[in-house]
Amino acid sequence: MPAIEATGLTKIFGRRPQRGVKMLREGATREQLMKEGLTAAVIDATFDVQPGEIFVVMGLSGSGKSTLIRNVNGLLEPTAGTLLVDGDDVTHLPPAGLRALRRNKVSMVFQHFALLPHRTVGENAAYALELKGVSKADREKAAEEALGMVGLDGWGGHLPSELSGGMRQRVGLARALAAGTEIMLMDEAFSALDPLIRKEMQDQLLELQADLGKTILFITHDLNEAMRLGDRIAMMRDGKIVQIGTAEQILNEPATDYVSQFVADVDRTRVLTAGAVMERPVAVIGSESGPRAARKLMSEHQTSSLLVVGRDRKVVGVVWEDDVAEAIRQGSDNLPRPSRAVAQVSPETPLAELFGDAAENRSPLAVVNEKGALVGVIPRVTLLSALAVPNGSENGTSTDSEADATAGGAR
Amino acid sequence: MSFIPHIPLGAGAEAAVDWIKANLPVVLDAISDSFNFLAGELTDLLMLLPALVLAALFAVLGAWVRSWKFAIFVLLGMTLIISMEVWEPAMQTLSMVLVATLVAVIISIPVGILAAKNATVSAIVRPVLDFMQTMPALVYLVPVVIFFSIGFAPGVVATIIFSLPPGVRLTELGIRQVDSETVEAGEAFGGTSGQILRGIQLPLGLPTIMAGINQVIMLGLSMAVMAGFVGAPGLGKIVTGALATVDVAVGFEAGLGIVILAIFLDRLTGAIGQPTPGSIGAAWRRRQSAKAELAAAKSRRPAPGAGVGV
Repeated sequence: MPAIEATGLTKIFGRRPQRGVKMLREGATREQLMKEGLTAAVIDATFDVQPGEIFVVMGLSGSGKSTLIRNVNGLLEPTAGTLLVDGDDVTHLPPAGLRALRRNKVSMVFQHFALLPHRTVGENAAYALELKGVSKADREKAAEEALGMVGLDGWGGHLPSELSGGMRQRVGLARALAAGTEIMLMDEAFSALDPLIRKEMQDQLLELQADLGKTILFITHDLNEAMRLGDRIAMMRDGKIVQIGTAEQILNEPATDYVSQFVADVDRTRVLTAGAVMERPVAVIGSESGPRAARKLMSEHQTSSLLVVGRDRKVVGVVWEDDVAEAIRQGSDNLPRPSRAVAQVSPETPLAELFGDAAENRSPLAVVNEKGALVGVIPRVTLLSALAVPNGSENGTSTDSEADATAGGAR
Repeated sequence: MSFIPHIPLGAGAEAAVDWIKANLPVVLDAISDSFNFLAGELTDLLMLLPALVLAALFAVLGAWVRSWKFAIFVLLGMTLIISMEVWEPAMQTLSMVLVATLVAVIISIPVGILAAKNATVSAIVRPVLDFMQTMPALVYLVPVVIFFSIGFAPGVVATIIFSLPPGVRLTELGIRQVDSETVEAGEAFGGTSGQILRGIQLPLGLPTIMAGINQVIMLGLSMAVMAGFVGAPGLGKIVTGALATVDVAVGFEAGLGIVILAIFLDRLTGAIGQPTPGSIGAAWRRRQSAKAELAAAKSRRPAPGAGVGV
């Protein structure tokens, strides 16, 4: 069962918003609604968030992402569509039901931290539990634990004004963690921080997530952040979700021109992994084969080297054309001694970390699984072509954005 | 312009006053008695102590919330009031202002909160406040005398009406200007509207609300002088008496007493809104928090990111 499931979720601001829903069904555009004095912030959004997943909603300002997230905990009531949290319909809850939802199931982290300046860090972290009516001792304990999780042990007695921006947002995070809910909404949570601190916070979130396995709905306008954090990403534009997919899907199979323009200047080397670009290993030979078999294989695949693997598919090394030819001339029945100079990488390694290995070794990179068995190869030419934007010159992007794409690839 | 008939609004107001006087004597008497009692008792209480001792107490209060410089000013100012032999009327005026302020605050803060939370209430309250604030103060005094005859009560009532508006306005403003994301945080963690009001909106709006209360006191003080016209005891009565007898000396001394009271109340309440670092109270709080920090430091480990621009 998904933790959050939205079907046809629509939010329209203005007087008598229901007429806007009807207009949209009849095919009216956002601009036509605007003339009627209605603002369609979210239009027909359908998505689901699985338990333990980081689901990122990515869009520029005005794309409706903040409105979308506020529908999930009822800060805004959807105009149409349904929204299930843990399988329960929360679309039109009465105030008491909304409070129960917010206290027990969904917590939130805010862009500008939204801490209470007159209360200490500890009291802020315990705030959600205080609202819930948890006893002082219990909530102080929970707050202390949560502050420990975000690396703020011992800061409980300070006032938020004594903390830096990054530390304040850690308090915001601790407050949401202390609330003990399974679902966390993060509204541009790191957008107000400077880039270095933002990166640090992203790492921290990923670390915490590995331990806690919360369900996180994360809003951002920063595509790199979306790709770093998101298990899946929903791209929003003008109130509509235009694509949902993993970072690689968004990057390699953009659903619309808008998405492909958007991803044009993403640093692909940090998003794509070895597993995403590797090729099926064909130029491979068993360590017990002879040099003639090796020569045949080389000419079949028109390559000058072969990876040598043992019976367990573990990579032994690489043999080169010259050495194989020499062995045949000497009438040997065994392969020449394979060279050890083969870089072995795991499928999860980002491309950015492969260039060093590729530069040091002439042979293709061997992609091996956790048991060390060969699962794929990355020839150097593949590594370079992976950086090129798919269909970059065909989708009608302007010269500028192509220049951006090149710059992005070269980073 | 004789073709526009005279709309008898004035006669209507008079009829309304007559009706209230005739039909609600119990209410009017209750109000009259309680204000006379409160202001009278408070004056007696203030007069219980020797004037110099009370002046010293005021000075200590000034040092606590503001600074020792202010304390010296208070001590000198109060001594001057004593030397001008207007101490008792000054205490009467002070009592009347304090009682009127108390009532005005009790009324204006809830009304201000309602206005902040509800656009309709706000739309209704605003013109009423405009009316109350711009109607010449002397005009209030006529019906007030009819209702409450003379003494403390008419003075207190007139003062309340005159000083209420800024209390309501600044309470509404204070609550409305609290950062909307912080209020949203209260909602997002499941706070009731009462919890959000008490935990977020009132504490964060406090400086503005205190500025409102400060304004209430200042307007109250100016109205307390006008109340001298309807026989309310205090410095105002001396001033109006001086006006009648064209006595510059008496008028100046009473007026100076009012100025000293005004500065005392203004600086005092202004400092409560935004505690000043120079006050003894702030120094005491600093020592308390330093003690707490020392205790916390023993169990503290260094936090990551602590080095980055704390």
